[in-house]
Amino acid sequence: MKFLRIKAIAKKEIIQIRRDPLSLAMAFMMPVILLFIFGYAITLDVNNLRTVVYDQDRSSLSRELVAEFRESGYFTVVGYADTHKDIDKYLDSGKAQVAVWIPNDFSKNINTGKNAELQVIVDGSDSNTATIALGYITAISELYSQRIMGGRITPLIDPRVRVWYNPELKSRNYIIPGLIAVIMAVIAALLTSLTIAREWERGTMEQLISTPVKTPELIIGKLLPYFFIGFVDVALSVIMAVFVFEVPLRGNIFLLAVLSSIFLFGGLSLGILISIAAKSQLVASQISMVVTFLPAFLLSGFMYAIANMPKPLQVITHIIPARYFVSILKGIFLKGNTFKFLIFETILLTFFGLMVFALANKKFKKRVV
Amino acid sequence: MRSEDIAVKIESLTKRFGDFVAVDNINLTVKRGEVFGFLGPNGAGKSTTIKMLCGLLLPTSGRGFVGGYDIMKESEEIKKTIGYMSQKFSLYDDLTVEENISFFSGIYRVSNSKKKERMEWVLEMSGLKDRKGAITKTLPGGFKQRLALGCAVLHELPIIFLDEPTSGVDPISRRNFWNLIYDMSKAGTTIFVTTHYMDEADYCDRLALIYRGKIIAEGTPNELRREHMKQNVLEIETDRFVEAMEILQQEGIEAAIFGNLLHAVVADARIDIPRVKRILESSNIRVARIEKIPPSLEDVFVTLIESA
Repeated sequence: MKFLRIKAIAKKEIIQIRRDPLSLAMAFMMPVILLFIFGYAITLDVNNLRTVVYDQDRSSLSRELVAEFRESGYFTVVGYADTHKDIDKYLDSGKAQVAVWIPNDFSKNINTGKNAELQVIVDGSDSNTATIALGYITAISELYSQRIMGGRITPLIDPRVRVWYNPELKSRNYIIPGLIAVIMAVIAALLTSLTIAREWERGTMEQLISTPVKTPELIIGKLLPYFFIGFVDVALSVIMAVFVFEVPLRGNIFLLAVLSSIFLFGGLSLGILISIAAKSQLVASQISMVVTFLPAFLLSGFMYAIANMPKPLQVITHIIPARYFVSILKGIFLKGNTFKFLIFETILLTFFGLMVFALANKKFKKRVV
Repeated sequence: MRSEDIAVKIESLTKRFGDFVAVDNINLTVKRGEVFGFLGPNGAGKSTTIKMLCGLLLPTSGRGFVGGYDIMKESEEIKKTIGYMSQKFSLYDDLTVEENISFFSGIYRVSNSKKKERMEWVLEMSGLKDRKGAITKTLPGGFKQRLALGCAVLHELPIIFLDEPTSGVDPISRRNFWNLIYDMSKAGTTIFVTTHYMDEADYCDRLALIYRGKIIAEGTPNELRREHMKQNVLEIETDRFVEAMEILQQEGIEAAIFGNLLHAVVADARIDIPRVKRILESSNIRVARIEKIPPSLEDVFVTLIESA
């Protein structure tokens, strides 16, 4: 391998990238735009549940209960029903997701020490929201009953729960680091997916393969400028995560940079491999989108926990590099992981990168057919 | 011939694409330092042959050696000793003249001390000294062609392959281009050049004519004229040359239009000049001039292809 040839190719690529400012702007804007869209769109937090109240009791106790709901911050009362029919209307039309019906004997039962019933109806068509809503409702009513009992009963078990790494349980904190991994998997492959195919399409490859240039020289020369762009993209994403989405970055930035580089190497090499195999820019960019976005989005564990997947799918997730990068980013961002906790992920990412690079070298033929 | 005097040697070389035989069992020898012309109509197998010689295409069968290296096994060694200019313009359109030259000096690892001199040489030979900062896309065809040649031979390689280097270039640029080829040949470079312009055949030291994948004639321009043209060529000047050609062809005389003249191929000029004159005049076509001329290579090739 000769440094002079690698340099010549890298320099040529840089000139070509510079002469195409639109594509260059795209390369830098893409992570920012994607992170904005997905970062704000994907949230698993449930707030402001639209709630309709049917208070038949109309007592101070019932009003106090409604106030508890409202003040929790999870429920917004959007209306009051006067009949059962009204509740149906609110839920059917989607104006309300939760209906709280306080029967007319509610305060009477409490005051006479009987069991007071509270009917709650939740719109289960969004099952995730419904499950979380049910949890809130149970917690609020338990707290409320304990309070009006004046602590007459002490529970047998009193759990003191502390949440580590993400104490406010903000879903954004765990989605954004994973999202960076997904976005970078797509961008890395897209960046390089055009480079080889473009040369075949324009006919410049025929000239290049008639020279003594060696395949690794060609591939490394093409990787280098895009590696730089990819690295800037990662940096932009991290800056956005910290300053726009306020995700805590607890780990070492240097470690983050090194491990991101390893991931980028694999991702960019994958783009080159696709470009070599496809020989057409259109096909190459489409393949890159499909083979990176879908697996990274669905099977990397960035949102959907791998442990909850069926066994065969869990096995498949092991061959998806984004999976390891998701763990690395979540680990460094939220847990402040040091390298020794991320050795396994690093080894597999390195292995993946080298494999794809070797495959690209093998697949490229210095012949016209 | 000593083996070091041979630049290219091909033995029963064949290339098939599925059922189609693009190159059919050809044999060739090109001597070191000569300008070897590989002629034939479009689709005859010229580019396929040149690609096999440059190590860009693997032959189906047969053997071939370029600079002593086997085209089957040592294609990467070959690429170190050859320059190749493909039929389609294949420099980087979006780079400037200077950037293209600089890129190829990097690829050929031209040493820093020689880099500047070679850059000057290419700019000089391509006539682009004043336009070295121009984006290649904006150059006229003739300049692009010369720049491509310059980049292909930047490293002063011993053998160069030029695939239709003058197609789509105006006649003056073509003339200039051939002068460049002569200069390189004088400096000891072997040149293997394909063309479908028959008038360029006379510029070559030796020629091979390929037609439908087969070599149908080989030799120096004069040998070809002598050996393959035992008949005589008559040049006929008439204002109704299209009609005249049709009439002669009906009489079984081979005739073809050259510009606004008519060439007819006959067995013996002495007997046939009066005969042709009689035939045409009996159809009321006035013959302004009719005479025997030395055959051009174009006449030779037309005859060869028609009898192939």
